[in-house]
Amino acid sequence: MTPDLILIAVTAAKIAIVLFAILTLAAYLVFAERRVLGWIQDRKGPNRVGPFGLLQPLADLIKLLTKEDFRPPAGDKWLFYLAPAMAAIPAIMTFAIIPFGAPVTLFGTEIAMQVIDLNVGLLLFMALSSIAVYGVALGGWASNSKYALLGSIRGLAQLISYELSMGLSLVPIIMLARSLKLSEIVNAQSGCWFIVYQPLAFLIFLISILAECKRIPFDLPEAEGELVAGFHTEYSGMRFGLFFVGEYINIIVLGGLATTFFLGGWHGPVLPPVVWFTMKTLSFAFFFIWLRGTAPRLRYDQLMQLGWKVLTPLALVNILVTAWWLVLKG
Amino acid sequence: MTIFTDIKAILLGLWTTWKHMLRRPVTIQYPEEKRQPSPRYRARIVLTRDPDGGERCVACYLCSAACPVDCISMQSGERENGRRFAVWFRINFSRCIFCGLCAEACPTLAIQMTPDYEICKRDIMDLLYEKEDLLIDGCGKDESYNFYQHAGIGVAQRRGEGAEEKAPVDVRGLVP
Repeated sequence: MTPDLILIAVTAAKIAIVLFAILTLAAYLVFAERRVLGWIQDRKGPNRVGPFGLLQPLADLIKLLTKEDFRPPAGDKWLFYLAPAMAAIPAIMTFAIIPFGAPVTLFGTEIAMQVIDLNVGLLLFMALSSIAVYGVALGGWASNSKYALLGSIRGLAQLISYELSMGLSLVPIIMLARSLKLSEIVNAQSGCWFIVYQPLAFLIFLISILAECKRIPFDLPEAEGELVAGFHTEYSGMRFGLFFVGEYINIIVLGGLATTFFLGGWHGPVLPPVVWFTMKTLSFAFFFIWLRGTAPRLRYDQLMQLGWKVLTPLALVNILVTAWWLVLKG
Repeated sequence: MTIFTDIKAILLGLWTTWKHMLRRPVTIQYPEEKRQPSPRYRARIVLTRDPDGGERCVACYLCSAACPVDCISMQSGERENGRRFAVWFRINFSRCIFCGLCAEACPTLAIQMTPDYEICKRDIMDLLYEKEDLLIDGCGKDESYNFYQHAGIGVAQRRGEGAEEKAPVDVRGLVP
């Protein structure tokens, strides 16, 4: 075997493992969300299928697959079929750039615990997170339904409000790590996590990723109280399931990115790096669920105001202060 | 500054939900654990007997008249001693709303509500309870009451001579 073939085989194996891991995690995140929300509301949550209800994701899958796959007759057929994939695939693809463990040496070759280590990894993440909103926009447009359209318009307005502050909150990270490569950003945190230097950027990034994965304080595109189910009102069966799973994959991916940028990635004492990474990522997922059980939904204009008048200026000031500090330090 | 009160509000909310997460759930997992309702709970209806073992029901139709959903029907009959009884008595539990108006209307305390709430059948026709399904062997909630000790045809004691009654007042001696 030539080195090229080995590289391809190793990369394919990594893709398979990562895909399997995040799909399983996403399915169990749905289950975990229902259990934790149950505890918050003094209930038990689903505990009937299997021990402690652990087979519930399987039951959900069977239910979604056997449901009718309805398409609104007046809608746009191909866009309607394309939209769920457009929502889920960018979320999965983003995971390719996240380093989830320390590099290991196997048979004399060093294998990075990361599907691909792009030198513009951070920019790829920004690009893919912007593409993900197309799923929302197209799904709402192709449904030919007023609720779905309102949901997708909100999704787009939300995107332009938080995407800017998310990008700006990551600039200090690039300045500190002096690289766009995610592996180097993690290595730069081997001594001290960036959350210590950049608590404000962390807060802005946290609020922005909450909006990015359309979770509860910012779940305006769904808004089940006002818009039935928002952009996926007309979807049923596994196409709805794809939107749903895409949302949970997004939680894992964004949790992983927040870990990578601010919490030192896989760095941590005693335990193996992969365990540290998983624990940090899942603690973000838990925080998202916890917040969902607590916070009410923001209004449309409140989200815009927060994004444009608070987060973006704060992020800009943060960049200037970081630059000043770096120059003073020399 | 409003931002501090806002942050405080969010943190307080998170603290509240955190406390509830650690609290024991209030769920009662029904088929495995069942709660015992209070004796006054209004569920399955029964027909009771008096302490002597006779049927209390005198087929007066008051329960069926009081029933807002018309789920009680019966046919009255008369025994040789002139006392009335229900030839047949039927409650349609698929209609019954368990309001308890029948039990309130009953003059002889024959019809009573019990706390047995598990009335489920596969076939709706099984919810038609006939007199033999409704009649129980006990007195239900009022153990000593016997209607024919107080009223009705062939009262066992003469008026004013019962154990719990006072002697009749001499109305001619009631001059002020």
